[in-house]
Amino acid sequence: MTVKSVIEAVREAIAEEMERDAKVFVIGEDVGIRGGVFLATQGLAERFGSDRIIDAPLAEASIMGIALGAAFRGMRPIPEVQFSDFVWPSINQLIGEAARTCYGTNGAVQVPMVIRMPYGGGIRGGLFHSQNVETHFFHTPGLKVVAPSTPYDAKGLLKSAIRDNNPVVFLEHKKTYRLVRGEVPDEEYTLPIGKADVKRIGSNITLVSYGLTLHYCLEAAEVMAAEGVDIEVVDLRTLTPLDTETILDSVKKTGKLAIVHEDNITGGVGAEIAALVAERAFEYLDGPIARICGPDVPTMPFAQTLEDAYMPTGDKIADGLRKLAAY
Amino acid sequence: MSITIELPHVGESVVEGTIGKWLKKPGETIKRYEPLVEIITDKVTMEVPSPVEGTVVHLLAEEGETLPMGAPIAEVATADSPEGAEPETASIELETGELETAPAPAETPTAAVPPASPGTTGYLLRDVTPVGPTGGAAVEISEPTGEAPAPAPRLVAASPAPVATTQVAPAPSAPSGQARLSPAVRRLAQEHSIDVTQIPGTGLGGRITRDDVLKFIASGPTQTATASPAPRLQGETSADGQETYITITPVRRMIAEAMVKSVTEIPSAWTMVEVDVSGLVALRASIRGEFEPKLGASLTYLPFVIKSVVEALKQFPTMNATWGGDKIVLKNSVNLGLAVAAPDGLIVPVLHNADQLSIAGLAIAAKDLADRARTKKLTLTDVRGGTFTLNNTGALGSASSGPIINYPQAGILTTETIQKKAVVIDDAIAIRSMMNICLSFDHRINDGAEASGFLSAVKTRLQGMAPGSSIY
Repeated sequence: MTVKSVIEAVREAIAEEMERDAKVFVIGEDVGIRGGVFLATQGLAERFGSDRIIDAPLAEASIMGIALGAAFRGMRPIPEVQFSDFVWPSINQLIGEAARTCYGTNGAVQVPMVIRMPYGGGIRGGLFHSQNVETHFFHTPGLKVVAPSTPYDAKGLLKSAIRDNNPVVFLEHKKTYRLVRGEVPDEEYTLPIGKADVKRIGSNITLVSYGLTLHYCLEAAEVMAAEGVDIEVVDLRTLTPLDTETILDSVKKTGKLAIVHEDNITGGVGAEIAALVAERAFEYLDGPIARICGPDVPTMPFAQTLEDAYMPTGDKIADGLRKLAAY
Repeated sequence: MSITIELPHVGESVVEGTIGKWLKKPGETIKRYEPLVEIITDKVTMEVPSPVEGTVVHLLAEEGETLPMGAPIAEVATADSPEGAEPETASIELETGELETAPAPAETPTAAVPPASPGTTGYLLRDVTPVGPTGGAAVEISEPTGEAPAPAPRLVAASPAPVATTQVAPAPSAPSGQARLSPAVRRLAQEHSIDVTQIPGTGLGGRITRDDVLKFIASGPTQTATASPAPRLQGETSADGQETYITITPVRRMIAEAMVKSVTEIPSAWTMVEVDVSGLVALRASIRGEFEPKLGASLTYLPFVIKSVVEALKQFPTMNATWGGDKIVLKNSVNLGLAVAAPDGLIVPVLHNADQLSIAGLAIAAKDLADRARTKKLTLTDVRGGTFTLNNTGALGSASSGPIINYPQAGILTTETIQKKAVVIDDAIAIRSMMNICLSFDHRINDGAEASGFLSAVKTRLQGMAPGSSIY
């Protein structure tokens, strides 16, 4: 085990899979010579050559379209959307085509590609570098959506995503890149897509999250433990396919549920989980389902005070948990 | 002075009763109207109150003994002598021996989820320069090396945090006696047969929380009326250890005698039809949400079946009849017996004049009877005068059964379990909810033609029910 950052884990996963399979290649803006704006591909162009680490023009539709065509022909492309905020020009390639190809061809054509997207705010990135985009893909059948929170999960899941024969949207919260560090095995490993991970076992309230806010949830759980409330923290890790079993098992055990995400509250992942639990664990609920999420504003504000106000932090999560515990 | 208490006359044509259980022992004091003994007659168990205040001197009959009405059963010394027992104020606990059961175990928590792999959760670094959108990102952050990362600072006490949207529903407002119960509390209370009014609530506004219920369950035997039936398998082992002898209870003996009488005297025949209850299933589903709060219980299929049977009985009066030796006795009232599995055996309370109730009314009346049957609160009237019997054997998972007629009635009908089946309709295969209904009938009164006609009438009515059908 070696302590690594999330960005190092991502870089290692890409390098190992490129080493393992010659069909794997990366295409994106600044991924080659510069090594990516977050250095996810640092050093890879030198190692694998510029025909496998391809610098693309500022044209997301092209990046996605080229990757899609290559995937049709059996390659395993990893297109990078430099910031998830920039994905919109390529939505037709991604949702209109990639998500539907396998289904539309009755399985004859598969799309083994991984769309990496740094996403999320809290980094003073302002309106165009802080967006949470997961709900759009979460809503779209045909895409797998992965959103790890730790270096260990990021590496294991990214390797599985690259080996998956379906389009996988791989969401990397950019604030976790260097902020979150953790042990990563030195030996080869992968983690299954579609399995949540209980990061903290508890008995009073189930707290579900993913990505950056998962860590704020763990902080809040410690605060609540000091107040005598035992929180179980479930890290979804994968949004699609959703690990409903882990969620339902936990809620059946605790009887109460709170969901935390940075994305806007309305119609978000939390709304779907709330509906799931209401449908399938209704008789186990001992309190209202709480959501502690980003507010419904068009995008992350730039001013520090406003950005702080937007972000679900440990304090805010603890506050919501306190209300739920008292119920 | 001492007063002899007699086995009271409890109803017309009841000539004897069995001592079920003494509720007082010799030497104990008893108040006027306080229960003295449980008497079993027919299938009713009733408590006989003491007509006087005093001290129990002798019990003149043993538990299990059957005596004629009017027979002396106990002597009570009245308290008019100065040496009489001091006024006893302690209330008497009614022991319900057969109902005693070990406290239900608290719900086992769902199997614990295995812990996260150690060391894989990671930790947050603090005070790292934020990664800028374009330029700043290329700068690697210098980090302290060779030392354990500082733990993230604990959050300080709850500071009122602004803005980030937190949606937690408000708690119920007033601590009223009829506070709303959460689904978890309702389910647990039902599973463990707990009267939630006995549970002190510790939640917001006095709400009863799931933990309150679990603690209540764990706190020991609960004095509930409808505990699950105690096993009746205590008995004596034979000398060679190969057999165990269980003393039959009075209720068991009465059931046995009634069954023997029925099969000995009544030449019965049996028939069955299959009913498509898809419409009924949909009807019930469509009205549960509205009706169940009024009923205070789950709406079953029973009232719908009762309605159909009762109407069919009106159409085929010879099914609502008895064999009179030289005549057939038609019963002018439709009093439907409902077989109920009570804690110590089968009991058949009777829904009198069932033809005068709507489906909604039948639901309420049937629930009341079943509740009282299970809690031994039936009166003698409740079990007498039945003219036809209905048994929902489907509740036990049965797909077909051959019931024994409840003597001296003309027939007994069972409803079997509802199962989705592939059936052929107009040369196409459809998935429908199907249920068998079975009929045993007294062949002295009716032939197969009438029996089949009757079953068809029940079937037609059940198949005619669909969403939109009125239950009032």
